[in-house]
Amino acid sequence: MDTEAAPVIRPRAATRALRRHGDLLTLAALLVLVFAAMSWWVPSGRFLRLANFEGQSFVAPELGLLAVATMAAMLTGGIDLSLIGVANLAGILAGLLFHWVAGVSRGPELAGLALPWVAAGVGCALLVGALAGVLNGLLIARLRITPILATIGTGQAFTGLALVLTGGPAIVGFPSGWQALGGGTPGGVAAPLWVLLGCALGVGVLLSRTVWGRTLTLIGSGARAAEFAGLRTVRATVLSYVLTGVLAAVAGVLLSARTNAAKSDYGTSYLLQAILVAVLAGTNPAGGRGSVPAVLLALCTLMLLSSGFQLMRFSNFLVDFIWGATLLGAMALGAVLRRGR
Amino acid sequence: MKRLGLRSPEAGVAAVLVVAALAIGTANPAFWGWGNLFGLLRSASVSGTMALGVLVVLIAGGIDVSFPAFAAAAMYLSVRAAADWGWPGNIGFMFLLAAGIGLLLGLANALFVHGVRLVPLIVTLGTGAVVRGFLLGVVGTSVVNVGRMPPETVAFGRLSLLQWDAGEGRVQLSVAVLVWAAAAALVHLLLRFTVPGRGLYALGGDAEAAKRVGFDVRGLTVLAYGLAGALAGVAGLLHACLAWQASPREFIGLELDVLAAVVLGGASIFGGRGSVPGTVLGVLLLVLVNNSLILLGVPTTWQRVVVGAILVGAAAATALRERGLRPAPSITAPSMTTGA
Repeated sequence: MDTEAAPVIRPRAATRALRRHGDLLTLAALLVLVFAAMSWWVPSGRFLRLANFEGQSFVAPELGLLAVATMAAMLTGGIDLSLIGVANLAGILAGLLFHWVAGVSRGPELAGLALPWVAAGVGCALLVGALAGVLNGLLIARLRITPILATIGTGQAFTGLALVLTGGPAIVGFPSGWQALGGGTPGGVAAPLWVLLGCALGVGVLLSRTVWGRTLTLIGSGARAAEFAGLRTVRATVLSYVLTGVLAAVAGVLLSARTNAAKSDYGTSYLLQAILVAVLAGTNPAGGRGSVPAVLLALCTLMLLSSGFQLMRFSNFLVDFIWGATLLGAMALGAVLRRGR
Repeated sequence: MKRLGLRSPEAGVAAVLVVAALAIGTANPAFWGWGNLFGLLRSASVSGTMALGVLVVLIAGGIDVSFPAFAAAAMYLSVRAAADWGWPGNIGFMFLLAAGIGLLLGLANALFVHGVRLVPLIVTLGTGAVVRGFLLGVVGTSVVNVGRMPPETVAFGRLSLLQWDAGEGRVQLSVAVLVWAAAAALVHLLLRFTVPGRGLYALGGDAEAAKRVGFDVRGLTVLAYGLAGALAGVAGLLHACLAWQASPREFIGLELDVLAAVVLGGASIFGGRGSVPGTVLGVLLLVLVNNSLILLGVPTTWQRVVVGAILVGAAAATALRERGLRPAPSITAPSMTTGA
């Protein structure tokens, strides 16, 4: 935007802008390609029905939030493998709160719980996400545990806590106000999609327009240099895991609102998919590079891909296979192209 | 063994293991029965064999979360081959086949990690998903149960090294423990006394230095991931022999337990550090904790919380130790990594 308005475009700035938007253009081209291929392949025009895309707009935002969170963690060269554990724990604690307030675990009293209580449930879920993020952040930035190990461990502990709290079976039954978050259509658009767009906008602004966001990118480009430059790396890193935790909690809210249930082992396949979306969006797992719009484009591409294959009656296992193969293929292609540059 | 001083990670795990065993034994004397102890060794043998492969990858500076899928694929394919076609028909060949399948899959990891230079965690997440998806989506989802299991596998699973009749039943030391011990001895010899073994430490300690000293980085990467795959294959088939069934859904989620055990045993996720005795102790400690929560009266639902806490605690201990040791030459890594 800035370069367009400038009277003289310096060649270096122009190529840099082209390169940045070039990545987005490549992704957009890929999206169009997948869309065309699926419209052509899937028999009898079932792919192009509005209902198909409507259905996706309720399901995809959960994955989108987790992918944005993964990208944010990767900015500093980290990773958050506890996202699914946090999401489930947040949904379960909110559910338990509702059951405790209503005094029953099903029936009209629970369904008709007042909106302030629903808001309290959302607050409770977000608080769980933030606390989990603080724990992860302190383990990683203060104790210097590798992000992989720290978040595998805490993820295991969060899932374990969820299991202890529920005893195994799902928590079923949420207030109707909560369910509206997952199934409502304010303004004719799926509520989860609004939530995703709102979060994506917020995170996008935070990461690209604030000192904190730039600090994260700099930590990812060179942690030592960032420290010597006087940046408060510990605080910035802890806050980045708070952000991923809160995003995971929002995903947990949407998941439990859509399915009207919360369980300790829901959504486990989302972990790989979130990493895939983030990496396909050009995020560098070693840190320093990632953008929210790119994640949204990659999300659309992969959702079209998997819905197309599902419509062609591929088994879910084969869809997993395709996700994994796409991850490896996309990363290998990216690496080869980068080396060629 | 003289490198394993009192302050080494191995000594730390051994101490925790002894304390845990004493505590559990005091709380419930049933723990000290030979049957229970041999049972613990038997149930540790499968994840223990996998842990050796993960150890080698960690020492070389990588990480592997694909081995449960590889183990399931090697197990299911070799058992199905024997059950459906009666081939290869001999337990030795079956283990070779399983190891070979694991080896090939491990080579794919090495290709992506070294050839394309991708991050090991993401590569192995991807290969794991591809292999598991292929296994369940293309090969099949049906469980090969006792009736259809090849007889040679069941016969092998029933073999015991030692057995005698105790008062309440027969006490047996399963042959699986021998497989684990043999694999541990081989990996230990490789790591301690061969040039490639020392090279793995060098590679994990500092890849650039290892390259300049003249180590074949590509060969070492292939060795690490190939060996991890092969050991996963052997462990997979071993599990089928012990359980008398082969399910393509087996081992899901096992990567966390095994990684926890290896890190508990003093291996560093940054590479260059770790040992077979430490890993064996780590596996034993984790199996002890997992299997003894019930003896202690702790509900099994707490198991994952405990494992997660142990993993974080072990990682924190390693991180603190490494910060203290950073300037000095490391305990277990050969001096060549620090000299470059």
